[in-house]
Amino acid sequence: MDILTSILFATIVAGTPLIIVALGQLIAEKSGVLNLGAEGMMAMGAIAGFAVTLHSGSPWLGVLAGMAAGAVMSFIFAIVVLTLMGNQVASGLALSILGVGLSAFIGKPYEAEILQTVSAIRIPLLADIPIIGEALFNQQALVYFSWALFGGIVWFLYRSRPGLVLRAVGESPHSAHSIGYPAIRIRYMATIFGGAMAGIGGSFLSVFYTPLWVEGMVAGRGWIAIALVVFATWRPFRVLVGAYLFGGVMVAQLFVQGSGLEINIPSQFLSALPYLATIVVLVIISRDQNTVRLNAPVSLGQPFRPEA
Amino acid sequence: MLRLERRPEASQTMSYVSPLIAIVLMLVGGLVLFAALGKNPLEGFKVFFVNPISDLYGVSELLLKATPLMLCAVGLAIGFRANVWNIGAEGQLIVGAIAASAVALHFYGSEGGAHVLILMVVAGCIGGMLWAAIPAFLKTYFNTNEILVSLMLVYVAQLLVSWLVHGPMMDPDGFNFPQSRLFEDSALLPILLEDTRLNIAFTFALGALVVGYIFMFRSFAGFQMQVAGFAANAARYAGFSAKRMVWIGLMSGGAMAGLAGMSEVAGPMGQITEHVSNNYGFAAIIVAFVARLNPVGIFFASLLMALLYLGGEQAQQYLNLPSSISNVFQGMLLMFLLGSDVFINYRLRWKEARA
Repeated sequence: MDILTSILFATIVAGTPLIIVALGQLIAEKSGVLNLGAEGMMAMGAIAGFAVTLHSGSPWLGVLAGMAAGAVMSFIFAIVVLTLMGNQVASGLALSILGVGLSAFIGKPYEAEILQTVSAIRIPLLADIPIIGEALFNQQALVYFSWALFGGIVWFLYRSRPGLVLRAVGESPHSAHSIGYPAIRIRYMATIFGGAMAGIGGSFLSVFYTPLWVEGMVAGRGWIAIALVVFATWRPFRVLVGAYLFGGVMVAQLFVQGSGLEINIPSQFLSALPYLATIVVLVIISRDQNTVRLNAPVSLGQPFRPEA
Repeated sequence: MLRLERRPEASQTMSYVSPLIAIVLMLVGGLVLFAALGKNPLEGFKVFFVNPISDLYGVSELLLKATPLMLCAVGLAIGFRANVWNIGAEGQLIVGAIAASAVALHFYGSEGGAHVLILMVVAGCIGGMLWAAIPAFLKTYFNTNEILVSLMLVYVAQLLVSWLVHGPMMDPDGFNFPQSRLFEDSALLPILLEDTRLNIAFTFALGALVVGYIFMFRSFAGFQMQVAGFAANAARYAGFSAKRMVWIGLMSGGAMAGLAGMSEVAGPMGQITEHVSNNYGFAAIIVAFVARLNPVGIFFASLLMALLYLGGEQAQQYLNLPSSISNVFQGMLLMFLLGSDVFINYRLRWKEARA
């Protein structure tokens, strides 16, 4: 692989968990639920995926376990904010703290283990395209999954009736409720979907990407995914583009090596780039107050309780 | 069936009882957790919650651990009251520790004297404030979400300290270990209680709680922030400056977190390493919530949280459990609290199922 192909390849791999997690959050937020617990759900997905893969030998069972772990975490969150009407910001923070702590606790015995690398799936013909072929079409299954998820979510949100109802709940749960839609149940489902995707994203990190488990390995990706949804002004296509931009920033190390220049930058500076980039894009997007206000689901973060 | 019914008005009593419910639920959760791990629950309970404070040294360690928590939590609470969500105290603590360490290392090998410690305190506060000024500036000028910015800066601060202790601040005689020189005595906080590690930073923390209390309940700015927290629109109509509140909220959080960082490097650590913070900045968020953003509550909640830290260490030593079990307890506590807060505004009622 030449350097261009390998940079592109690495960018796509690094962007994939962000796409999966951010698209899941997008659905939850479209229903009006802001779950800041993505970091914790990813961490739980990562350890569950890793442990199950190690014991069962099947990375697919691992991904399923990661998905389940994320879903369970988001279900706890949903009970607190939807049924018990807890503050969404505080509860999301609590979920992050709980998930990161619990995953570290569960993961302690697994820290010395390492998984077998899962081989990529090569798509015939397409993978033969020069430069981009190897980068795009000789990838892990979850990379293809992230594209399918993107397509499915675009269709769901903008072309299907349930998607329309979901958006209606996010814009005005009271109206949706008064014309007979179960707003709370829809929010539950959207939140759990978001958690399941965060779990898959986490398991991608520990089962396919590294593939090992270290405490704190999610390293802020959950938060970056949340920022990404804002940056994308709640539009799936922009999530996709944004995720690859961030993926590119995350593999900045490769660019430096690829440039062939003899620059000596401490590795910590390169590692800080994704976080700084997140701040920069947030500033750009929120500079004009209306950009966020006009695009955010109106009831985002607001508790809703039908008064019977 | 059992239904939630809105109370005519929020229950004051419940807002104080709810943290107690959460603590009880956390303890029950802990017993279940110990049982699930195949440990004797009562034995686990004793190791975790009783043994750490069974002698005077244990109590002094408890107060030592509670110190950074009190400092961070009181600073954060001032902002939280006005819905200024600074969740980056962890990063501000690290930068405060870096600034204080820079002063300590600058005076290394010199005569020493009281000015070193005083400058370290000032540097710690300023360091934390500078780090908190970034989200404050971006919030007030570009309307950027302070939650995400302050949080991103935690990761940046961790990388910054990692670079410093691997590079410019590394102990030249330290065999390439990523840590600074051990500070000289003139850069260490005086010990309060002989034969313990408890130092005068604890009195700083108590002072901060008193000042925080006066600010919150006896000053006009504190009142304004309270109003803004309850009813943002009312505050706006009254002409209270929202920008000023963002700055006050973040600066108080930053200064206190920075001071906490200083008290760690000039206290129990005596040097700066990569692991300068023990998640205190995040634990302080839980402390602030459990304490209902009230300094009196913060005092007690910090002691509880410190006990969770010590319990985790004991559990590691005597029960062979990872010390991250502390974080599990902390997360459970906050989750239970937010859940049981429903009873502030609602009550449970039996109701006939609707026909």
